[in-house]
Amino acid sequence: MSETRTRGEALPILVLSTTALLAAAFLPMLHVAPNRLLAGVPTSPHTAWLFAAWGVAIVCGAVRFRGHGVVVASIAWLAVAGLPWLAGMSADTILDGAARTTRVQLASGFWVTWLAAALLLLDRLRGTRVVVQAGAWGAALAVVVALTVTGAFDGLALVREWQAQRAPFAQAVVVHVRLAAITLVLAVLTGGPLGWWVWRRRRADGIVVGLLAFLQTVPSLALFALLIGPFAWLARAWPTLGALGFGGTGAAPAVFALWLYALLPVVRYTVAGLGAVPEDARDAARGLGMSRLQVLWRVQLPLGWPVLLAGLRIVAVQTIGLAVVAALIGAGGLGRFVFLGIGQGAIDMVLLGTLGIIVLALTVDLAFQVVLALTERRA
Amino acid sequence: MIEFEHVGKRFGERVVIEDLSLRIDDGEFFVLVGPSGSGKSTLLRTVNRLAHVDSGIVRVDGRDVSSVEREALRRGIGYAIQSVGLFPHRTVAENIATVPRLLAWSDADVRARVAELIDLLRLDEPGIADRYPHTLSGGQQQRVGVARALAARPRIVLMDEPFGALDPVTRESLQTRLKAIQRDTGTTILFVTHDMDEAFRLGDRVAVMLDGGLAQVGRPLDLLHRPVDDRVRDFVGGTHARLRELAVRTVGGSMRVGDRADGEPVDAADSLQDALASMLAQRRDRLPVRERGAIVGAIVLGDLVAREP
Amino acid sequence: MRGVDASLRGLGRAPFAGRLAPTLRIVVPLTVLVVLLLVLPHSGDWFHAWLPELSHPLYTRTSFAALTLTHVWLVAAATAASVILGLGLGILATRPSGRSLLPTVRAVAVIGQTFPPVAVLAIAVPLLGFGSAPILLALVLYGVLPVLGQSVAGLEQVPASTLHAADGMGYGRWRRLWEVELPLAAGPIMAGVRLSAIVSVGTATIGSAVGATTLGSPIIEGLIGNNPAYVVQGALLVGALALSVDGLLGAVERRFQRVR
Repeated sequence: MSETRTRGEALPILVLSTTALLAAAFLPMLHVAPNRLLAGVPTSPHTAWLFAAWGVAIVCGAVRFRGHGVVVASIAWLAVAGLPWLAGMSADTILDGAARTTRVQLASGFWVTWLAAALLLLDRLRGTRVVVQAGAWGAALAVVVALTVTGAFDGLALVREWQAQRAPFAQAVVVHVRLAAITLVLAVLTGGPLGWWVWRRRRADGIVVGLLAFLQTVPSLALFALLIGPFAWLARAWPTLGALGFGGTGAAPAVFALWLYALLPVVRYTVAGLGAVPEDARDAARGLGMSRLQVLWRVQLPLGWPVLLAGLRIVAVQTIGLAVVAALIGAGGLGRFVFLGIGQGAIDMVLLGTLGIIVLALTVDLAFQVVLALTERRA
Repeated sequence: MIEFEHVGKRFGERVVIEDLSLRIDDGEFFVLVGPSGSGKSTLLRTVNRLAHVDSGIVRVDGRDVSSVEREALRRGIGYAIQSVGLFPHRTVAENIATVPRLLAWSDADVRARVAELIDLLRLDEPGIADRYPHTLSGGQQQRVGVARALAARPRIVLMDEPFGALDPVTRESLQTRLKAIQRDTGTTILFVTHDMDEAFRLGDRVAVMLDGGLAQVGRPLDLLHRPVDDRVRDFVGGTHARLRELAVRTVGGSMRVGDRADGEPVDAADSLQDALASMLAQRRDRLPVRERGAIVGAIVLGDLVAREP
Repeated sequence: MRGVDASLRGLGRAPFAGRLAPTLRIVVPLTVLVVLLLVLPHSGDWFHAWLPELSHPLYTRTSFAALTLTHVWLVAAATAASVILGLGLGILATRPSGRSLLPTVRAVAVIGQTFPPVAVLAIAVPLLGFGSAPILLALVLYGVLPVLGQSVAGLEQVPASTLHAADGMGYGRWRRLWEVELPLAAGPIMAGVRLSAIVSVGTATIGSAVGATTLGSPIIEGLIGNNPAYVVQGALLVGALALSVDGLLGAVERRFQRVR
């Protein structure tokens, strides 16, 4: 029994290191393409180093000598911070003397290895103090940022793509964030009161929630597409709306659809948040002479706040993801990069948009987590 | 027969059982009693290998349990716990049939046995066999739990505070039922509790377990009259021990044969506690004693206080 | 993406079903789907009357029946693979020997949820080329997450006392899993499967953007070619399909939920 337990504890090390090793062995680290649009030839420089590092990590997981955890954590950290650097260096070497249009793209081997390393670092840092965790990740981030600034990654196709499209990319980020923010604000302003009403009436089983759940099932592309007609008609019927940029395509139907998708989780979390206060606590508050509004404001909101915030976090991440599809009906945002890239067959452009979306989603997620942690500490 | 030989067990640094030896005979109702954390539940679980021993040997019917295949061992030993642990997705009948099914009994045998147990444990509400556990009361759930433990007619049954979460009335009725079943079937029962009254009511022999070791093993009256040390004396109840004694001894053993008394008679098989309660209720200091329908003597208040066994 | 929060999704679902008879939730969308499949191929005149300016008011590149079949096939294959992978990983991560993997598995599921399905699609394309292979990969990668999350949640919520009792009565490890744990976790697991299938229906729609032929194809072509008729035809079909799948799997889910 106890034997399996200790063997089991090394399982994440073994699984993740083996994944990284296999990725390094069988998947290409880089693709070298003659230009931005053509497919690349796979290459894998520096495999010996990667093999050695992951080999050591696997041995550590298997033997588990004293202090093996630190060794594995160090390897993981070095991989997280060092793999991009290694890729950048290789790119420079390959590009040296090659044609100007040559592109060196990060390939599947890189992504899988890097992800495995990041997960391994996450696993190894679990249970350590917050300062250590923040320090390790902060340091890795600092290394990557410093390398970016000094131009270590300039040879990589992704960075070249970004340099070429810096202005439209920044604009796409702004549009994307704006779409999500407007949706979120609208959803909270409408979903909050709606949730309160549902909670008051104990109408979790009502038509409103049912209808919202029903809407959630409709694929996003279909909903976006179906809104084009009605919105175009609205714009024709009321030219003032059309003059404001309200039309069949663009931001208006996109925000409307995103708002519909966001409503259900907002309503649900509002109900859950309001329900977080036990009934007798509310009774007691009423008994002390608080009005219903005061109970809501002074008792229910402060106590239900973490639940509401957790809900908002999910809605925000969901909305950022869904807003990608909105690009198909002309709402812009980072989805535009993805779909334009797909259309042109320019994989770097797709990747740039995708990375932007993921980083955006993770940043928002992290921001909500921090706020949540701060709120909970206070409470 | 269950034998513990120099059994030791530790969780990390903490010693839970220390060099413990004990023999439980066939057909015995043996109660392990002790405060929480004394290691009694762990000791019980070493028998069906839900806990493994670090040192020493546990034998069931002469065989070292660690040499028996774990699942086979467990299927041969009944097991009931305080939280019952009924399978929520199975009906009462299916729950009771668990071990017979694991042992691949025939359908007819299983059905017959389930019906028998439902009757034996007085689960006589109509249609109860096809109901799901969450529709039952706590007492009914535990009756099903006990029935499930007895289902495959195991020669040994382990019970870990099975009645701990029940209200006093339900608990007492289940205790009576269990004791009767045990007497009729001759099953060996190892029973763990922290409730001294329960221990004395049920146990043929009782072991007081303190800090991972057996402080004293003996018949209930031995423990009451001759505690080996102050710890046992305190645990069995200090000055309240005498009150407990009344619950253990019967009217038959203390009555004055042939004497006469007025009032509502008590039964010779009743406990002295019952007799005392009856005296208080009737405001009398002596009552007639009845045995098999006839008055055979009297029980006197003074004798409850004065008589030594 | 939608319904990231699987656990709270239950709120408003089953009770709504109480109002609208569960059978209705299967029958109505399925009927609509069948009627659409029968009627749409002959609806050219109606669309022409509605949008006279279109030269091609009816999507005819591939028959609607063929599109629906491919779509269903993709979703079915992806869901099957997701169940095998997600349930397998979920079981592994809840065994004593694999428990140390649980945090990592959870981290993957949480991080995975922040990846938009389109991005997964886009990344799969350079790996596998255009066509249905990248879609299938993306659908599986994305569909695994809800099954995995719900499997872990479902298996974790099996009462400890039930497991303890099962051990005490002599259940072997696998038999306990099969006869006790999985039946008790079936409700949540099935909720994960339903979610996975619904997400797949939606993602497969977008998949037509990377060259797969699905019910998304009329929508995408309509958007690109400025043909609202195509858009409506595709959207109606895919909406009816999604609701049918939801209704069917929801019924299965409720059957399992009732077990407790």
